Amino acid sequence: MISTAITDLYYGFGVALEPHNLMYCFLGVLVGNLVGVLPGMGPVATISILLPLTFGMQPVPAILMLSGVYYGAQYGGAICSILLNLPCHPPHAVTCLDGFPLTKQGKGGTALGITIIAAFVGASFGITEMIFLAPFLVKVALEFGPAEVCSLMLVGLLAGSTLAKGSPLKGIAMTVLGLLVGIVGSDIETGQPRFTFGITELFDGVEIIALALGMFGIAEFLNSINNTETVDMKYAKVGISDMFPSKADLKLAFWPMIRGTLLGSLCALIPGTGPTIASFVSYATEKKISKTPERFGHGAIEGVACPEASTHSSVQGDFIPTMSLGIPGDTVMALLLGALIIHGIVPGPQLITQHADIFWGLIASFWIGNILLVILNVPMIGVWVKLLSIPYRYLYPSAMFFVCIGVYAANNDMFQVGETVVIGVVGYILLRLDFHPAPILLGFVLGPRFEENFRRSLLISRGDLTTFIERPISAFFLLICVVLIVAQVYVWLRKPKIIEEERAIERQVPTTPYSEVAE
Amino acid sequence: MAAISTGPVTTGRVEKNHTGDTPLQEKIGPGIKLKRDYYAGGLMLVLGVGAAVIGSGYKFGTLARMGPGFMPVMLGCVLAFLGLLIAGTALASSEPDNGKFLPDNPQWFGWLCILAGPALFIVLGIYAGMIPAVFACVFVCALGDKTGTYKSSAVLAAGVTVFGVLLFHYLLSIPFPLIRGVNL
Repeated sequence: MISTAITDLYYGFGVALEPHNLMYCFLGVLVGNLVGVLPGMGPVATISILLPLTFGMQPVPAILMLSGVYYGAQYGGAICSILLNLPCHPPHAVTCLDGFPLTKQGKGGTALGITIIAAFVGASFGITEMIFLAPFLVKVALEFGPAEVCSLMLVGLLAGSTLAKGSPLKGIAMTVLGLLVGIVGSDIETGQPRFTFGITELFDGVEIIALALGMFGIAEFLNSINNTETVDMKYAKVGISDMFPSKADLKLAFWPMIRGTLLGSLCALIPGTGPTIASFVSYATEKKISKTPERFGHGAIEGVACPEASTHSSVQGDFIPTMSLGIPGDTVMALLLGALIIHGIVPGPQLITQHADIFWGLIASFWIGNILLVILNVPMIGVWVKLLSIPYRYLYPSAMFFVCIGVYAANNDMFQVGETVVIGVVGYILLRLDFHPAPILLGFVLGPRFEENFRRSLLISRGDLTTFIERPISAFFLLICVVLIVAQVYVWLRKPKIIEEERAIERQVPTTPYSEVAE
Repeated sequence: MAAISTGPVTTGRVEKNHTGDTPLQEKIGPGIKLKRDYYAGGLMLVLGVGAAVIGSGYKFGTLARMGPGFMPVMLGCVLAFLGLLIAGTALASSEPDNGKFLPDNPQWFGWLCILAGPALFIVLGIYAGMIPAVFACVFVCALGDKTGTYKSSAVLAAGVTVFGVLLFHYLLSIPFPLIRGVNL
């Protein structure tokens, strides 16, 4: 099996190194790195804006580019946290705790250097995990009938909504709302228009780009306008020569990096626990097992290395369930899944065999992209630091332009722009009521497939609901759902110490209005 | 009513920041505390019931042969139930909640500008073309910032328009005439 994986990987490099694919991969990581640095722009909004522009492209370069934005943004996100104490990107919020004290001590460059090394180590492990695990998962998943797919989706939806930020109850409510939004449009089997209110433009359903840009673009601008601080650039001076960490620092960071990587890759396998949770968990663990926990929060290099490695390994591992099972773990993956569907590729276990070029090309492009990012970040650190000082008053109007034209370009239809504005207002209201919008997108993308499989499995069983329990794999997934719910009730009633400790760390992280939705 | 003092950054989400120094409890009448979670639960209840009612207008079918109305009704009921749960748990919880829906410093003008931008983009896009639409959208949005002046907004809008035309019209050639009626 290992030898096949290596041959396939070799083929993947062939795909990814085609000049035109390579160019789009580079473009993706460059744009990703850029928006990662900019406060108030996240990969979700960026991928949604870029998505309509890929309609004319071949699927392979399109997916390579859009994925590049996601992992590229992770490289940029840490810069904001370390140099400005601004957690613009939730996965890197915890890096502020030790990254910014290091910057104040004049060791910001070292922290960035360690971050890049940790990122590369974490990402490499995540990719390796994907190479060997995804084909294995596919073998299992090919046995799945509609009942199993249905139960598995239920696990994905429940995990995505309960393990994310905020109240789990509200998370589930948002998932259900997402499923309802996914219903808008003509019914697949009967063609009956549902929830369209007589508007012909809605017969095709709500546009995924309008939903993502409304929730993660316009709602976010409404939330953060005149609500942001002018950034303090006092400490943000870093040269290339500062970025090479000393041997002592490397030695100190080595084991935390490995532990972070392993924790991150574990988190990636549990649906719903994306990079943000991975980084918090690994920081808490590292602090706990450290011999000198009092150094954490005052510039411990381990407190930078561990969460960063874990974030990156989790980001790459995130692709495993999406690509092998067609079940996205978080918002960005839901969006990428949407992109695959738009490009006419049916996500699911058959993807690896039917579209080997996409799957193996993507994996190979991860390696290439990560190497490009390392090369990109060291000499260009000065440019990125300059970008940090772009004031928000220039940023959000320009972003609004990209939102408008991006949505328009998707279908050359102004109706969609209006749709985005309405969704943005609704998104802001939900945000004000402490609903986190991420599960909406998850529910929206999975909704139609969930309904289709649910109908089909009950058609096969002639309306017998026990089919979901009688089939062992499906019963196993339902058991996980029950465990998830019971665990949430337990946490709510008993408030276990571990969760409280993690919450305490979360509270230490400085808050910005940006970090609400920029996932 | 307690005076609420807020820091510049955390203004939007004060109640989550437990380390903050702000007095959060705000009593509305004796003994009754209005909580935001009541609105949240209420909204979900309304949406759920609404979906179920509209959904019941479509054919429901049976379990073996589900009609198009099956899922909407089911999901609507689940959402309504979740709404009740959200409001119910808020009743039981003793966590402080300031009960206000609007943020402490509502940005009516800023919000208006952000929403007016895309509205102008739509209208001018349909009747006048890409250049006026993009310029108006960015200009109006930029005015929403409290430090934005007519001049700074116009400069930004002009810059974005030039960039946008080069990228989207010439490089990506999306079908959107620069100025309607004039062949550029």
